[in-house]
Formats: sequence, structure tokens, C-alpha cells
Amino acid sequence: MTATLAPPREPGSPAPASSRRLAERVFRVREFGIIAVLVVFVAVTAAIQPRFLSSTNIQFILVDATIFALLALGETIVVITRNVDLSVGSVLGLSAFLTARLASSTHGLPLVLVFLAGLGIGLLCGIANGLMVTLGRVPSLVVTLATLYIIRGADVLIVGGSQVVPSSYYPSFLTMSKATVGGIPDLAIVVAVVIAGGAYWLRTYRSGRELYAIGSNPDAARLAGIPMGRRVFTAFALSGAIAGVAGVLWASRYGTVDSTAGTGYELQVIAAVVVGGVAIFGGSGSVVGAAIGALLLQTINSALYVLGVSPNWDQAIAGFLLIVAIVLDRIISLRLTASLRRRSARRGS
Amino acid sequence: MDRDLQATSGNAFMTPEHVRGDEPGSGRGAGGWAGRLRPAMRWESGLALVVVAIAIFGSAVSPQFLTANNFFNLGLNTGEVAIMALPMALIIISGEIDLSVESTLGMSSALLGVLWADHWPMLAIFVVVLVVGALAGALNGLLITRVGLPSLAVTIGTLALYRGIALILLGPRTVSNFPATYTNVGLTAIPHTDLPYSAGIFIVLAVIFGVVLHATPFGRSIYAMGDNAEAALFAGLRVKRAKTTLFIVSGMASALAGVLFTFRLNTAVQNNGVGLSLDVVAIVLLAGVSIFGGKGSIIGVVLAVLAFAGLQNALLLTNFNQEATGVVTGALLLVSVFVPNIAMLVRSIRRAATRAARRMPPEPALSMPRKDT
Repeated sequence: MTATLAPPREPGSPAPASSRRLAERVFRVREFGIIAVLVVFVAVTAAIQPRFLSSTNIQFILVDATIFALLALGETIVVITRNVDLSVGSVLGLSAFLTARLASSTHGLPLVLVFLAGLGIGLLCGIANGLMVTLGRVPSLVVTLATLYIIRGADVLIVGGSQVVPSSYYPSFLTMSKATVGGIPDLAIVVAVVIAGGAYWLRTYRSGRELYAIGSNPDAARLAGIPMGRRVFTAFALSGAIAGVAGVLWASRYGTVDSTAGTGYELQVIAAVVVGGVAIFGGSGSVVGAAIGALLLQTINSALYVLGVSPNWDQAIAGFLLIVAIVLDRIISLRLTASLRRRSARRGS
Repeated sequence: MDRDLQATSGNAFMTPEHVRGDEPGSGRGAGGWAGRLRPAMRWESGLALVVVAIAIFGSAVSPQFLTANNFFNLGLNTGEVAIMALPMALIIISGEIDLSVESTLGMSSALLGVLWADHWPMLAIFVVVLVVGALAGALNGLLITRVGLPSLAVTIGTLALYRGIALILLGPRTVSNFPATYTNVGLTAIPHTDLPYSAGIFIVLAVIFGVVLHATPFGRSIYAMGDNAEAALFAGLRVKRAKTTLFIVSGMASALAGVLFTFRLNTAVQNNGVGLSLDVVAIVLLAGVSIFGGKGSIIGVVLAVLAFAGLQNALLLTNFNQEATGVVTGALLLVSVFVPNIAMLVRSIRRAATRAARRMPPEPALSMPRKDT
């Protein structure tokens, strides 16, 4: 993706060409590494069990990965600014139930309105998070930990013991997550386009670049006159809105929705983001990487299942991979600093 | 000029914006023992009032609230979380966080179940469980201090890893034929008292942690590294070793909590304790421990445990939907972080006002040198 884009239009970024080339190389290496892992994984699994590459299985993996990739997009935008959004799982749950109830109680409703409802619910949650983080000046870890509780609790209070069952929807709500074009789910295509849009925004637009500046050095960003509050607020609002939309997709994918939908998703999403090469302390990483991270985790889950590995091993392997990913990330960044230091030492002499 | 410099540094460090940033507390001066304890005591006295208010609320909504039997239940339901909150407080004061405690609890519960099903003697099981807990903490600590990874990311990873190990150990099985001698911890009180055993253990540990944190060089060094890790390092403190120790202690406390949890419910299942990490962190933050490190006290933790336990218990007695108590816990957490921030905001507004009154520049130019200096 780096080759096709014109050099980023960044007013006031006098980065010397050499360091930009170096940064680009590392950027490419990071995504290349995770794609390589993905390809090797798919190849090995398919060699042992050809059923893994059946079109049904691929479609299942893609639809599940799509929901996670979407959440990872929102989470990446937040993590880049050196914040974290732990409430995405709860927002997804609330939106999934409310939109599912909407879709099952009002049958004539166009799908667009259901999506808008999910977006609105998520946006409200995201705005609440963003306001508390920026205006209230409370660390995002604490705010979103609290809203994780509060939104899930509200969900439980609204849902009670009830659930929405698949038979109550109008058919198009359920079939939209099953429709395919040339063997690829519609959903995956749409989400891929959305992620590409997000990637383009973060790479090219001033408001996107400023998110990286904030995460990489908040003090410097403030002194440079970047409207930090507004940018961080936008990041949280976007993350909430995206989680809301993901809730609609979740309801369509799984059909049965109760008050536990999306429980624990926040950690899986953060795992995908970190595995995808986004630094947990902000300032670096790409949404494409995060999306591939989500795809990788989903593929691993599915591969373990297809290979007949007991599902009991899933979580341990996911946790292990997450730790390996952050250790690798650390090693890469240490190497980068070392090579930059060597470079500047050479130039100095 | 001198005053101008002071105003500059004061403004640069004391703005709430900065406190939200990554170098916490560098502006809180070297207040020393008394200076540090005074604002802490203010927070704790407020918390004590909250505890009293919850007690009044509880006894108002239910005549059962202030009974010995209810105190027993209250202590029983909070004991394990309270035990894990003590090392968590120290870890957060030192500027780190441990989100993996609930999974360490689950892993030790699963280990206990598996070994008991394999007819191991109980004493040997205790030793193994505590050692594994220590190892789990050591892995966290080493990844954080020696590899230099952020504790948030590491412990999210081990949160999944340790829960995964519990799943591998136990699978979908349930072990529940523990001997009555042990499962009695969930049924009977310590003789001559109304305290459940877990609460008794918490009290003993709280005293030990309190003494260590507030009255030993090691405890004082925890504040120093939370306040400013770099300064602590330059002052000759063994930051890495101390933090690793804290994570090991946290792992062992979680293992102990896992044993108590398993005996109380008389079941070892792979999902024991899911979601408890958030409760533990919520208690510690409610206790007035700053998420940025360097601030907090054990008295605060004890009071926060009381407030948390009392509130959950009161809600239980009012037939509030048990699964929705998160709303109240979350709100409590938010309030506990907003109150000091609002106080700080008011203070900084007042300071800005006095500065304006003295005709001092409210925003000293940091980015551009002024011509007259």
C-alpha cells in the first residue's frame, strides 16, 4: 500500500527523505511479517486438512474476522492517540440487542435505518467516553473500564432475561451477512472498503496524521498547536460509532441476541490490534495491520478447530501469540532506534 | 525573572492536561511523609463518610443489613477480591497495572481441582498452587521489567494465557468433591467471631501490606518509582527488582484467592473468577490510588473494600438485578476519579485568577522565546 500512494501531504513535516524511507521500510516489514505468518498458517493447515480451504469455511472465517476487523479499526484509531477503549465489547452488546429488537419488531424498516440506529447508539457511547477523557481529563483506561461496566449493566437492565431469536427477524436482516459475491461475503467487501478509507484518512489527511503526533509525543503535539482534545474526542466517538455498527453485524451474523453479546470482545480486539503491529503506547501502527491481525487470530481459531485441536487450547494460544507479538514489536523498535542512532553517528563523524 | 520561571514550571507541570499525560506526578513536590499523607488522609476521610453513608443506606433499605449473618455474607463475597486488591494497590502505586489476576485465580483454581482429582495430598497441592502463582507473577514481572514491555499489554496477554492454561488443565470438567474441612471456609466463621476466613486473611494481610508500604524503605521506594521511575533509578533504587517482586506477590495472592474461591463454591471450573480483575482495579482506584502511580494508601484500600462490599450487599438486599451491579460499580469508579479532578480544576482556575490579578501572563510562552527576556 505504500508504493501506490503519493507521498503523504503533510504541511509542516520536514522529515528528511532518508528517515522517511527507513520508516517506510519498517512499516512495510511489519505488515509483511504478519501477512507471512498468515500465509504460512493457511498453507500448513490446508496441507494437513484440505477442508480448511472449502468455500464455506473461508466464508465463515471472513464474516467472523470482518466483525473483529471493524472493531479493530475503531480501536486502532484510539490506541494510536495513546489511549485505549475497553468499552467496545459492551457497546457492541448494547447495539446488537437494541437493533435486533428493532429489526424484529418493525418489519417494514429499511436496513439502512437499522444500521443508522446502531451507529447512533455507538456514537452516543463514544461521545460519552470522549467527553469524559478530554473534558474530564480522566485517563481513558479508567473511563472506558467504568463504561464497560456501566454499558453492560444498562444492557442487562434493558434486556433482562429476554432474548431476540432469529425467527423473529425479517429475512433480509439475517441474509445480509450470508450474501456473497464470487465466493466472498458482501460484508467482507464493504468492511474492506471502510478499512481502506480509514487507512487513507490516517495516512493522508492532516487530522489523521495529527492522531499519530498526539500518540507519539503528547507534549510536543500540544506545543505544535494540535487541537488535542478535539482529535482524541473524535477518535473515541469514531470507535464508539464503529462498535455500534459492528453490533448490527453481530446480530445479523449470530441471530440470537441476549445480554451477553460481545462480552470479553474488548480484549480480543486489543489482541488483534497489538498483533497487527499497533504500538499499545500510541504513535505507530496502521489499521490495515490491525485488520490483518484480526484476520490472523480468527484464522488461527478456525485452523485449530479444523485440525481437531481441542477448543480448550484456543485461548492459551491466543494469549501466547499476543505476548510473542508484543515482544517482537519491542525488538523491532529497539533495532530501529539502534539503526537510527548508528545513522546519525555516521553522519556526525 | 525568578518568579517568572517558577510560574513557568508551575504551569507546565501542574496543568491537569499534564497529569493526564505520561509523566505522572512530577509536579507534586517532595512533600515527604507528612506532606504526602495529608492529601491522602483527606481522600480517606471522604471515603470513610461514604462507607458510613452506605451503612445507613443499607440499614434503611433492609433490616437484615446490620446483622451478624449479613456481615458474614458480605465478607465472604468480597474476601478474594479484597485479598487481590492489596498487591494491586502496590503495583498501581509503583506505576504499573496487573490485569491478569482473575486468570491467575482461575488457573490456580483449575490446578487445585486437577491435582485433587489426581488424589494429591492437600498440603502438597497448596505448595504447588502457590509456586505456580508466583511463577505466573514472575513471568509478568520479567516481561515488564527485563524486556521493557508495557504492563497493560503484557497482563492483557497473560490474562488470556493463564485463563487458557486453566482451560487446558480442566477442560469442560467440574471438580467438586473437596473435603468438608476445607469447604467450610465458605460456610463457617472464624471461631468466636462473625468473620469468614477470607476476611480474616485479608485483615492480617492488610496489616502486613500496610506496614511494608508505609513503614519500610521498600514500601517508600514503591512511591518513589511510581512518582518518577527515572529519578528513582538515578537515586539508586532497584526499580526492576522491586517491580518484579510486586508482580510475584500479586501472583501468589491471586493463587491464594483462587484456593479460597474454589473452596467457598466447592467447585473448580475453568471460568472461576472471570471479570474479577475489573472489580479489583475499581476497588484500588476508589481507594484513592492514582492510576499514574505514586499515590495511595492501604487504609484507603480497606475503606474502599468496605464501600464496595457494602454497596454490592445493599443492592443484593434490595433485589437489584445481580448482573447489573456493574452500573453502580462503574459509576462509583467514575465518581472516584472525577472528584479529585474537579478539585484540581477548581484549584487551577483559582490559581489562574490570582495570577491574572497580579498581572502575570496566564500562559507563559513555551514555544517561542519572548523578546523581553
